[in-house]
Amino acid sequence: MSGVRVLVGTHKGAFVMTSDAKRKQWDISGPHFTGWEVYHVKGSPADPNRLYASQNTSWFGQVIQRSNDGGKTWQAMEGKFAYDGEPGTHKWYDGSSRPFAFTRIWHLEPSLTDPDTVYAGAEDAALFRSTDGGQTWGELPALRQHSTAADWAPGAGGMCLHTIILDPKHKDRMFVAISAAGAFRSDDAGKSWRPINQGLRSEGIPDPNAEVGHCVHRIAMNPSRPDTLFMQKHWDVMRTDDAGDSWREVSGNLPSDFGFPIDIHPHEPETIYVVPIKSDSEHVPPDGKLRVYRSRSGGNEWEALTNGLPQSNCYVNILRDAMAVDALDAPGSYFGTTGGQVYASADAGDSWNPIVRDLPAVLSVEVQTLT
Amino acid sequence: MIRVVLPPHLRNLAQVKGEVELDVHGEATPQSVLDALETRYPVLRGTIRDQTTRERRALVRFFACEQDLSLDPPDRPLPDEVVTGKEPFLIIGAMAGG
Repeated sequence: MSGVRVLVGTHKGAFVMTSDAKRKQWDISGPHFTGWEVYHVKGSPADPNRLYASQNTSWFGQVIQRSNDGGKTWQAMEGKFAYDGEPGTHKWYDGSSRPFAFTRIWHLEPSLTDPDTVYAGAEDAALFRSTDGGQTWGELPALRQHSTAADWAPGAGGMCLHTIILDPKHKDRMFVAISAAGAFRSDDAGKSWRPINQGLRSEGIPDPNAEVGHCVHRIAMNPSRPDTLFMQKHWDVMRTDDAGDSWREVSGNLPSDFGFPIDIHPHEPETIYVVPIKSDSEHVPPDGKLRVYRSRSGGNEWEALTNGLPQSNCYVNILRDAMAVDALDAPGSYFGTTGGQVYASADAGDSWNPIVRDLPAVLSVEVQTLT
Repeated sequence: MIRVVLPPHLRNLAQVKGEVELDVHGEATPQSVLDALETRYPVLRGTIRDQTTRERRALVRFFACEQDLSLDPPDRPLPDEVVTGKEPFLIIGAMAGG
């Protein structure tokens, strides 16, 4: 029987939520790793029972957890994250240089084909890989050693590598995004990288059209069209159809083009979802109304999806990794809020219901489609 | 036998209840106790001190015999009461944040 498993990382632990294909009744387990920040939980596309979770506190640092049974039990991995060679320096908020220093893993991206291979995006920005199921980790150092890295600077949340996308059609191609350096692409499995930020324009940095320095919040790809990417930038929703060689803005009629998450319908690659936020200085929904916006035209023309979402006095945020879509025939959409709600839609966003309302602040939401 | 008290999060991570009792080879110092602790529970590597620099994490403190030993050199011998097992070596998560 088909169903879904929603993986939720929060400020105080992780939760696993399962349902059948109707997505009406939910079985919720957790919190796992209670009291720890869980920035991300994600399952392997090659083995849905293999899950990885990033667990962290300022007190005790970084732990990677692994499950081999779909989140019923977990095992803490022992591997460490260490930069390969000299860490080098990046820019600090005041323009001074400071050494790269590992803080946490923001994002885990399991291989499309091998359950034991998983990529990890770090703060300060670096890309790590494990090929033994998370037991040991090695850096792919070419990214951090890129010629522009000394000029990278942190966004407000830290200098995090938060997006990792593996290209299903070009096996050596991957995309990453760093706040606030921008987007990068590798065509040789991480041996070399180049910035792909042409067309991004960011007011407030010395050169609005600079090669790097853009605060990219998240990038999404529909696997059927890997050369088309959609980006929620600090401000602006952007689109590329040439694997990042050039971007154009598709914000159109959004009430605000500031936001964090962005995702794509699994079967309709021109259908996109964003959650507009009022501004970079006020991380709340415009007018106190929580609205997902959907474009069925690849951007520019957007409609508000409000059915089942609070339309008054709502001042939560939706963080960059806190939205996901499943791949059932009638696809479901999911997002979590900093107010602890996880909303689900079983009709591509037309209507929403909360799975839970009172979790700790939600940091990430992923969903697995189970068959 | 050295008695070590871990903070709750690390007890959960190491899957232990109560105190940990360790045989420490050579002189008992914070460093040798942590070496023995991490050998017994490899999952604790990196949670108390940096795995590369071996420096104490900023929000972790060490206490024994009502003394804060956090800033002592890591190779300074521990008090006799800790060495004999009369008093535990306490690893504490600093009271900071929310």
